[in-house]
Amino acid sequence: MQRPEAWPRPHPGEGAAAAQAGGPAPPARAGEPSGLRLQEPSLYTIKAVFILDNDGRRLLAKYYDDTFPSMKEQMVFEKNVFNKTSRTESEIAFFGGMTIVYKNSIDLFLYVVGSSYENELMLMSVLTCLFESLNHMLRKNVEKRWLLENMDGAFLVLDEIVDGGVILESDPQQVIQKVNFRADDGGLTEQSVAQVLQSAKEQIKWSLLK
Amino acid sequence: MLKKFDKKDEESGGGSNPFQHLEKSAVLQEARVFNETPINPRKCAHILTKILYLINQGEHLGTTEATEAFFAMTKLFQSNDPTLRRMCYLTIKEMSCIAEDVIIVTSSLTKDMTGKEDNYRGPAVRALCQITDSTMLQAIERYMKQAIVDKVPSVSSSALVSSLHLLKCSFDVVKRWVNEAQEAASSDNIMVQYHALGLLYHVRKNDRLAVNKMISKVTRHGLKSPFAYCMMIRVASKQLEEEDGSRDSPLFDFIESCLRNKHEMVVYEAASAIVNLPGCSAKELAPAVSVLQLFCSSPKAALRYAAVRTLNKVAMKHPSAVTACNLDLENLVTDSNRSIATLAITTLLKTGSESSIDRLMKQISSFMSEISDEFKVVVVQAISALCQKYPRKHAVLMNFLFTMLREEGGFEYKRAIVDCIISIIEENSESKETGLSHLCEFIEDCEFTVLATRILHLLGQEGPKTTNPSKYIRFIYNRVVLEHEEVRAGAVSALAKFGAQNEEMLPSILVLLKRCVMDDDNEVRDRATFYLNVLEQKQKALNAGYILNGLTVSIPGLERALQQYTLEPSEKPFDLKSVPLATAPMAEQRTESTPITAVKQPEKVAATRQEIFQEQLAAVPEFRGLGPLFKSSPEPVALTESETEYVIRCTKHTFTNHMVFQFDCTNTLNDQTLENVTVQMEPTEAYEVLCYVPARSLPYNQPGTCYTLVALPKEDPTAVACTFSCMMKFTVKDCDPTTGETDDEGYEDEYVLEDLEVTVADHIQKVMKLNFEAAWDEVGDEFEKEETFTLSTIKTLEEAVGNIVKFLGMHPCERSDKVPDNKNTHTLLLAGVFRGGHDILVRSRLLLLDTVTMQVTARSLEELPVDIILASVG
Repeated sequence: MQRPEAWPRPHPGEGAAAAQAGGPAPPARAGEPSGLRLQEPSLYTIKAVFILDNDGRRLLAKYYDDTFPSMKEQMVFEKNVFNKTSRTESEIAFFGGMTIVYKNSIDLFLYVVGSSYENELMLMSVLTCLFESLNHMLRKNVEKRWLLENMDGAFLVLDEIVDGGVILESDPQQVIQKVNFRADDGGLTEQSVAQVLQSAKEQIKWSLLK
Repeated sequence: MLKKFDKKDEESGGGSNPFQHLEKSAVLQEARVFNETPINPRKCAHILTKILYLINQGEHLGTTEATEAFFAMTKLFQSNDPTLRRMCYLTIKEMSCIAEDVIIVTSSLTKDMTGKEDNYRGPAVRALCQITDSTMLQAIERYMKQAIVDKVPSVSSSALVSSLHLLKCSFDVVKRWVNEAQEAASSDNIMVQYHALGLLYHVRKNDRLAVNKMISKVTRHGLKSPFAYCMMIRVASKQLEEEDGSRDSPLFDFIESCLRNKHEMVVYEAASAIVNLPGCSAKELAPAVSVLQLFCSSPKAALRYAAVRTLNKVAMKHPSAVTACNLDLENLVTDSNRSIATLAITTLLKTGSESSIDRLMKQISSFMSEISDEFKVVVVQAISALCQKYPRKHAVLMNFLFTMLREEGGFEYKRAIVDCIISIIEENSESKETGLSHLCEFIEDCEFTVLATRILHLLGQEGPKTTNPSKYIRFIYNRVVLEHEEVRAGAVSALAKFGAQNEEMLPSILVLLKRCVMDDDNEVRDRATFYLNVLEQKQKALNAGYILNGLTVSIPGLERALQQYTLEPSEKPFDLKSVPLATAPMAEQRTESTPITAVKQPEKVAATRQEIFQEQLAAVPEFRGLGPLFKSSPEPVALTESETEYVIRCTKHTFTNHMVFQFDCTNTLNDQTLENVTVQMEPTEAYEVLCYVPARSLPYNQPGTCYTLVALPKEDPTAVACTFSCMMKFTVKDCDPTTGETDDEGYEDEYVLEDLEVTVADHIQKVMKLNFEAAWDEVGDEFEKEETFTLSTIKTLEEAVGNIVKFLGMHPCERSDKVPDNKNTHTLLLAGVFRGGHDILVRSRLLLLDTVTMQVTARSLEELPVDIILASVG
């Protein structure tokens, strides 16, 4: 590897360029992580979880560390991930130095993101748990319309599965039980009827609790 | 029913998202409903959902509005609707860093966390810890301790995980909860066990003993939770790495035992931990590889991916260990998951035979466009490794690389390709012309400045030596016309190199350079003017010195020397020879398949190392007036066995007419203090010992330094190689190992050290000449000498080349240190600077019959270095 000549006077800006061109490539973060698993053993497993619709729009997203500190970076990341994954029928990808496991259900895309050193099966267990819990909650209709109808439930489910990047629970049965999601059939009937029924139910419950 | 909805969806278009057109202000307005009594839980929960949704979408809430909504929300604690309550906890967590005075809900949360409703307690703990800072933590400490050992798993888990989060800001408080965590670690619930072990480790991670105890306990009793196993495997492998110890440690046994766990997650974690251990032998890898092999045929894509990714890692260091999996990997080549297929192919490329390359390359090019840049880089790295392994295959691989180069891709990817092509060109002279012309094509439309300048530099260097150099000129000059200044400057330098080496082309080059003299940019103009003037002189020596081979001095050194010169104006012109030389760049390091971490670093360290020495030596009054430090020997030489009473290492510093030997001494006896330590030296040749600079005191285990200054022989200047017998002299004072008090009385003692060799290499600094021939002509044959030797003990050319390079300590130029296969002659080109600042060049022709015959030709601007070289070889 030869050095570009340093003479005459290095051109402004070329200094850096020359340094780069001269030396062999710095460790590529890409591909295979160089060296060893240098990170601390830690419970902080999950970098992010997000659910996108089939246009790649965010429905629900939680980021647990500062890999993507700003909303803008998060959105760019989600868009890139979506473009890479939405057309293929696989469940795992490597992107931007991170391992991403994902699942497509009708018009939803569920993603769980971890570092490239992370045990892929751990990430997978979170994804499976998220999907199964939603599946149960949405009565096997894991699709955009029902998810939006039950957004509160979705927030709660995710909160029970991952807390600040730590896997809190991986058994969907436990998650459902903890969320104790009310067994209303909200969207299945006409909206107005459901509301009437629901309010009636609430009132009964209310009186019972008093 | 569903159908009906679908129809409605289509009619209303995007209206299917009830949250789509939420207005922040409208939602916050709605939040006033919270104040109504009785509370309508469903409605309120829905509003909270809307707020959370807005925050989730990145809507920014101002502090005032957030605080307002937060306070309104606190009213909702009056309702006992479970969903509403849970939504409140979520809102508290989300708003804890936006709203002010969130601690107002502390009492409500404390009540919930100690209350009867189990489903509230866990989430309440988590919400509470989110809003608690270190000052308030003490107040809830009692509740936290109770919660950690609570019999309800969700409460215990929540408390443990929250404690883990709190460690960051309140380590000292949380540390007090280890007993509770310890109790929780033996819980039957798998998550509680996982979280408790995690917390314990985070608290104790600096206490190696405690961590080892944890692991041995786990080994004895086993764990219920696969997650906890994974955690402990990581802990164990980290301990192993730090111990960098033997593989018969119980830690390794623990990891290996996990290969037989019933959970795939644990088995994989253990296999990957073994693979990642540094310096693992093939035998230790074998069980890990065989479980990974099983995973290759798993129906789960994630498991296949994990397995093949880890195997790929193994293949980098131990390709033979993976060969057994070739059949399984072959099956993955057609995997529908492209990541898996790519990894399988690149692994096979590393382990497979030469014959399979064509097929694999065809396979991979069929889906190259579908994989991410990161994986493309992996592919390029695999190809680059292949080129080194099978030089004959370069045609196939080159074609593939060029196709990739033409496609879209990011900088890292493109750079990997260019690196790879350049290394092929350097290795294979046959591929040079095709390679260069493809690179020319690439810079025609290259958005990356760094790559463009790099290729231009390469063209300038290699282009003039090709059969038809004029065809490159168009590509280069196009850059001058079309690109921005950095690339233009690079192109001008490349043009000048063509002009300097090719007389036929010189007139046209001069015309082109004249056009560049009018450039907008300073640098481009300066370069063009400079080169134009040099070239117009039509002197080979000038061309060689100023165009083809750049400066060899260290740039920071030059800066300092110039500054010094301007501070002390003198009549004498500035002497470039007084500037320390740049340490020759580390011998061609190529980006190998494993990215080398911080390759650039060693060079920098070397440069600064010499500077450090220079400063240290300048501080010693005896060494004033020796002139600039010419060279320091790269590695200190040990003059004692490693485990003796005293450990002495010597570094040789060469000056123009003197040498300084620096002895780094360590006293490993704790009941002695040494004083007045010197190393007496007895030379075999005409070297003259001038003075000793003693190390005043050498207490136990504190390194000290003493120096010996010698003058180089004046009468017979060619006798540079010399052996010194060394003896350490000192005064011993006994001391008390425990208190460190020393006796006042001491006695003289001596300690014989091993002999120290000074060789020719100590007098020569390596220098890189990019164009050896030009430098050779520049020096001229005034002091040329030639001699022929027979190297009777050496049987191969490689060995001969290696020995000569090492012996003379000069830099091999133009990759002449690489001996092509199946040849019996070779020419080795070496360049260096002799002490005093004169270039010395050596051309050594080697001929292999039964033994190696060597004809050495040396050139320099002075007679002395030439004589010394020939004398030393003989």
